[in-house]
Amino acid sequence: MSGPDRLLLSGNEAVALAARDGDIALGTGYPGTPSTEILESFSQLGGRAQWAPNEKVALEVGLGVAYTNARALVTMKHVGLNVAADPLFTAAYTGVTGALVVVSADDPGMASSQNEQDNRRFAVAAGLPMLEPADSQEAYEFTLLALQVSERWGIPVPLRLTTRVCHSKTVVRPGGALAPSNSPATFVRDIKGRVMIPAYARPAHHRLREKLARILEWNEAEGPNRETDGDRSLGIITSGIAFMHVREAAPEAAVLKLGMTYPLPLETIRRFVQNVSRCVVMEEGDPYLVEAIRAAGLSVEGKPEAFRFGELDVDRVKRILTADASPELTPPPGKPPELCQGCPHRSVFTALRNLDCIVASDIGCYTLAVLPPFEAVDTCVCMGASIGVGLGLRHALPPEQARRVVSTIGDSTFIHSGITGLVEMVYNPPKTGHVVIILDNGTTAMTGLQEHPGTGRTLEHHPTGKVVIEDLVHSLGIADVHVTDPTLNPAAFQELVAASLASGKLTVIVARRNCLLAAGKIKEYERSAARTEIPENCLEQHD
Amino acid sequence: MSNMTKVTNIVIAGLGGQGVLKASDLVAEVAFRAGLDVKKSEIHGMSQRGGSVTSDVRFGERVYSPMVPSGEADYLVVLSPDQVEPNRWQLREGGTLITPGAIPEGALRDKRSLNVALVGCLSVSLPFPESAWQEAIRQNLAPKLHATNLQALAIGRAAAHKNSSVPNP
Repeated sequence: MSGPDRLLLSGNEAVALAARDGDIALGTGYPGTPSTEILESFSQLGGRAQWAPNEKVALEVGLGVAYTNARALVTMKHVGLNVAADPLFTAAYTGVTGALVVVSADDPGMASSQNEQDNRRFAVAAGLPMLEPADSQEAYEFTLLALQVSERWGIPVPLRLTTRVCHSKTVVRPGGALAPSNSPATFVRDIKGRVMIPAYARPAHHRLREKLARILEWNEAEGPNRETDGDRSLGIITSGIAFMHVREAAPEAAVLKLGMTYPLPLETIRRFVQNVSRCVVMEEGDPYLVEAIRAAGLSVEGKPEAFRFGELDVDRVKRILTADASPELTPPPGKPPELCQGCPHRSVFTALRNLDCIVASDIGCYTLAVLPPFEAVDTCVCMGASIGVGLGLRHALPPEQARRVVSTIGDSTFIHSGITGLVEMVYNPPKTGHVVIILDNGTTAMTGLQEHPGTGRTLEHHPTGKVVIEDLVHSLGIADVHVTDPTLNPAAFQELVAASLASGKLTVIVARRNCLLAAGKIKEYERSAARTEIPENCLEQHD
Repeated sequence: MSNMTKVTNIVIAGLGGQGVLKASDLVAEVAFRAGLDVKKSEIHGMSQRGGSVTSDVRFGERVYSPMVPSGEADYLVVLSPDQVEPNRWQLREGGTLITPGAIPEGALRDKRSLNVALVGCLSVSLPFPESAWQEAIRQNLAPKLHATNLQALAIGRAAAHKNSSVPNP
């Protein structure tokens, strides 16, 4: 691939560029900050990219691609890997014949997430080799390396990014494009390799551990782990973005930067530890490296528990190195985000607040209704949880409280993992009934206006099959389905919710009004779709 | 560290929708095209919905961390007056604060180009020619926005030159 020899790219853009240069046949995923821009950039670079309804489906699609000799990229935020964990763990057993790279974009400090889980733990738990880039240059290089590792050992490879790596722009010198996959996509039957009944899974587990042993040998000998010479009185073992803070905070120190942090190159680490008088492990998030290194019998310092929380930065690294326990500076609070003026969610949450509802809510812009002036959200846990949690509340609460419980869920979130919640509602209905409000604003708003199966448009905004939410709900046997624009007559909307709560029936209200930020674009996509729908022979008649 | 090549630290702050990220893109782009090492960092996500947004730009011969260390900003550019106090801690002693007050009332054809006008104020203190800033605007903004923003850049530069005899706050 030819192009500029020096670029200023975000980590996400760098992964996308490597996906193009690495001949990825298909990129798929579900939008989630900070990972969203990878597939969008890949598409802009001419790659084949698509949104899946959720991360589990995305990973399964990617796995299918990688069973054919082709290369697949699957992207998600850290909590998305929880959703995709089921296929992930067994894909480790089946392996792949092409390549499968799974991007997990972690969010230490929770810039835009409900937790700060450290997904390096997933690599250990599933038994998959994991790479951790520190900047956009490495995001580019490690994506290509992940493809090579995946193809060479026939194993899915997680690429662990963090918010700071995804969203920081740094200089990238691309190069080293991979040769295209050497065999064409084809189906080769391998029943014992891919059908994980216990009899075939048992040997598959042994094969996985053998692969990991060989990958460990490679990682020790020629893995992407780099030692920076320095004053041997202080040695620092680090990975990912923490390396950058370390180099700035302690430029004189000797540094061992680990690029592949599972399987961990403990012999490389042992040699380094033995060569420095004091050794500190500097890692963001969980004490994953330090625990593993200590378990190997090496004496290293970790960080105090306070630094498990939030991101690291230059100041915090200095504090850890100097055992400075003085209180950290707390920046003055900024202005919190809010629902846009004119946002259709405002009408819904005003009604719920007026009716004193107990609101089991979900992940999306509407979670902002927890803040003043609404303060109308009572629970938010994970994608789709609003419906299950709402049902549980209904089952356990005394009837006069149960009748106030409402579940609110966005359109994209409903498609992602709300459907099974509705199935549960039909199958195990609470005695007091239940009310689910699907907040359909025609887009995945929070992550930056991505399409989803309910919009009927692809990642590139082209028309495709459309899941009609009310038809789907009807098909489950829910009789009381209302589709309404909550902004047209807010009082009438509030009455509808009140009547639904009082009815004791299972009710789904689709509150439909396009997101204010997306409305103009949606009109444009619809106009463009209408133009292309005109049959060709009609056009010919006009010529 | 005294022997380290000096890195220039810039923090741009404001509210979602004000063009904080576009402003930091322009600064990063100009430094990048000058052949320097550049890192630019910000947090997206919830900040899209009208909340506080800050973006760090650092450039020099070699830049490691993408984040400006606490209290080490050489320049703090604030697009919204109510965001000055929440961000003042980021400025080093003797650093330069640039606020909307730097731009004469009514000078801008379009208030939405305030971000570029304040980048204009900043630009006179940075070691890059005016043409580099104009080029970055042409490269980073849609053609229909060029005239307004090139004018905003010029207004910002003129205002900064005029104010340069006034000591920094």
